Amino acid sequence: MKPFTVHRGIVAALNRANVDTDQIIPKQFLKRIQRTGFGEFLFYDWKHRLDGSINPDFELNQPQFAGATILLAGTNFGCGSSREHAPWALLDFGFRCIIAPSFSDIFFNNCLQNGMLPVRLTETEVAQLFELCKTTPGFSLTVDLTNQRISDEAGNDFRFDMDAFRRHCLLNGLDEIGLTNQFEDHIRMYEQSRI
Amino acid sequence: MARTLYQKIWDNHIVHQSSGEPAILYIDCHLVHEVTSPQAFAGLRMAARKVRRPDLTYATVDHNVPTWSRSLPITDPVAKAQVDALVRSCAEFEIPLYGLDNPNQGIVHVIGPELGLTQPGMTIVCGDSHTSTHGAFGALAFGIGTSEVEHVLATQCLRQFPSKTMQIQINGKLRTGVTAKDVILFIIRTIGTDGATGYVIEYTGATIADFSMEERMTVCNMSIEAGARAGMIGPDETTFAYLKNRVMVPQGSEFDEALTRWKTLATDPDASFDRQVDFDVSALAPQVSWGTSPGMVTDVTGTIPDPASFAREEQRRSAERALEYMGLRPGTRVQDIGIDRVFIGSCTNSRIEDLRAAARTAQHKHVNSRVHAMVVPGSQRIKRQAEEEGLADIFRNAGFEWRESGCSMCLGMNSDTLNPGERCASTSNRNFEGRQGRNGRTHLVSPAMAAAAAIAGHFVDVRNWEETA
Repeated sequence: MKPFTVHRGIVAALNRANVDTDQIIPKQFLKRIQRTGFGEFLFYDWKHRLDGSINPDFELNQPQFAGATILLAGTNFGCGSSREHAPWALLDFGFRCIIAPSFSDIFFNNCLQNGMLPVRLTETEVAQLFELCKTTPGFSLTVDLTNQRISDEAGNDFRFDMDAFRRHCLLNGLDEIGLTNQFEDHIRMYEQSRI
Repeated sequence: MARTLYQKIWDNHIVHQSSGEPAILYIDCHLVHEVTSPQAFAGLRMAARKVRRPDLTYATVDHNVPTWSRSLPITDPVAKAQVDALVRSCAEFEIPLYGLDNPNQGIVHVIGPELGLTQPGMTIVCGDSHTSTHGAFGALAFGIGTSEVEHVLATQCLRQFPSKTMQIQINGKLRTGVTAKDVILFIIRTIGTDGATGYVIEYTGATIADFSMEERMTVCNMSIEAGARAGMIGPDETTFAYLKNRVMVPQGSEFDEALTRWKTLATDPDASFDRQVDFDVSALAPQVSWGTSPGMVTDVTGTIPDPASFAREEQRRSAERALEYMGLRPGTRVQDIGIDRVFIGSCTNSRIEDLRAAARTAQHKHVNSRVHAMVVPGSQRIKRQAEEEGLADIFRNAGFEWRESGCSMCLGMNSDTLNPGERCASTSNRNFEGRQGRNGRTHLVSPAMAAAAAIAGHFVDVRNWEETA
């Protein structure tokens, strides 16, 4: 897993609540058996019209968001299906960090497993960021996981929470299976105690 | 200290706990299907890891399989590759597989309980959000992503922080025609699609105690639609009677021992929950979803809401967008909404009692000429039972298609999909945009409501079905 320490990038705004994983990666693209190559299918049904042409009205098709690596979203982002294809698609498309007032549990965990940082800020803070994104050309943020801070060039600064264990794993790009395997003796003892 | 059911199961499964870190939690039963597992098996191979407990792992194919005929090969080459990959992985890692040719094949959350793999007090995971279904048996069951699937395959454990606990107490006797599906839709409508985020729900109260196991599974199944990590119900005599003599449940004196253990799982009388919500469902009407989120639900006797009536700006925008997608206007009576398609199936509502309820509604009647309706049983066992009971004939005679088991049009990964603009009364669990097919319009309802809509060609209040029909 690629470590996440400090990331600076353009912010794309998707000001909608309850964006579900069916929208992030529609089901017709779930049949691949690899982890890669999902980026071109990200938000496919919103990005494209029925005839396959680009839908210019969709937020992420706006030219000012080209090259964005930070996604700003509404409440309950990533709800619905547990498909990890959703964070795979976001990551493959280029996003490294998602900021929202709340996330679904499974999606939040899935991001962490892939070195993509989900950041919870308050609704007021997210509303402020949406406003800044609207009014500041090329709005960018610096996301600093070491110090758990998000800041822009104008001096706006937000603190976010992340539990120490997940933070440690992200900062160091650790493989969780490898970590759990260090407790092999405990697992074996637990299994023996239950026979 | 007094503990809840959730806390008891949690405590029983801690392999190791370091301060400030997530617990290493042991997993008793790992269910696997074709869509969320291939990358996990690939990860194992890359790291030269084995499946630690293939004997606690069970696989089936359900999400993308065709429901037309089991005698024909899968024609979608990408879906076939995914099914074949699971067959190969199960052979390689020695995991039992309920494959397409197996008489026990079916939707993963239908066959787990049916075979008795699901038992009280267990920790159960699957790469599927509707794993919460199994909580109906007093198990701690939740959905995980593919990386976590790989973690469980490799270690039989998961890293987890404890969740907060929520008690949802449900009392009142449901009116005839009102079902467990209506209860859970009403709960989600009330607490919201993120109302239980961060919580494990325990459903209690007289209504739940009166519910059959199948009704309890319908309720627990949609816990995820309220954002909950899991939903669960304390095991009781109904649970034990359901489990007795199931294939994978211990028999004889071993069953009695298991029973003694299961009876200790109930939440202690003086245990407390982090949050409590009470419902009285005695006056509840059948529920119909009108939007693109499972919290956008109203009574069958109601009308489509005006987006302006919502308190928060975000809700107003969501409602406006949903109505545009659904092609509906505020103020329209729900019973005036005509439908094109009906889907009876899914891990929410494809069990024998669901099919009986739908068949009772459809008996001696015929599907409306403008409606295309299908019934997809949850498993091959249910399919056979429904055929033996004469339900399949009732459906076929009424003009419903009678299909093979699978997830089918709940998520439309196979060819069972809505065409753009088609409106569907569906017994499934999600009405997201495009869920059942691009630009398809889904209304979530109970099996009886779906069958009645198929016959009438529009939504009707099944409480008055005898008079209207």
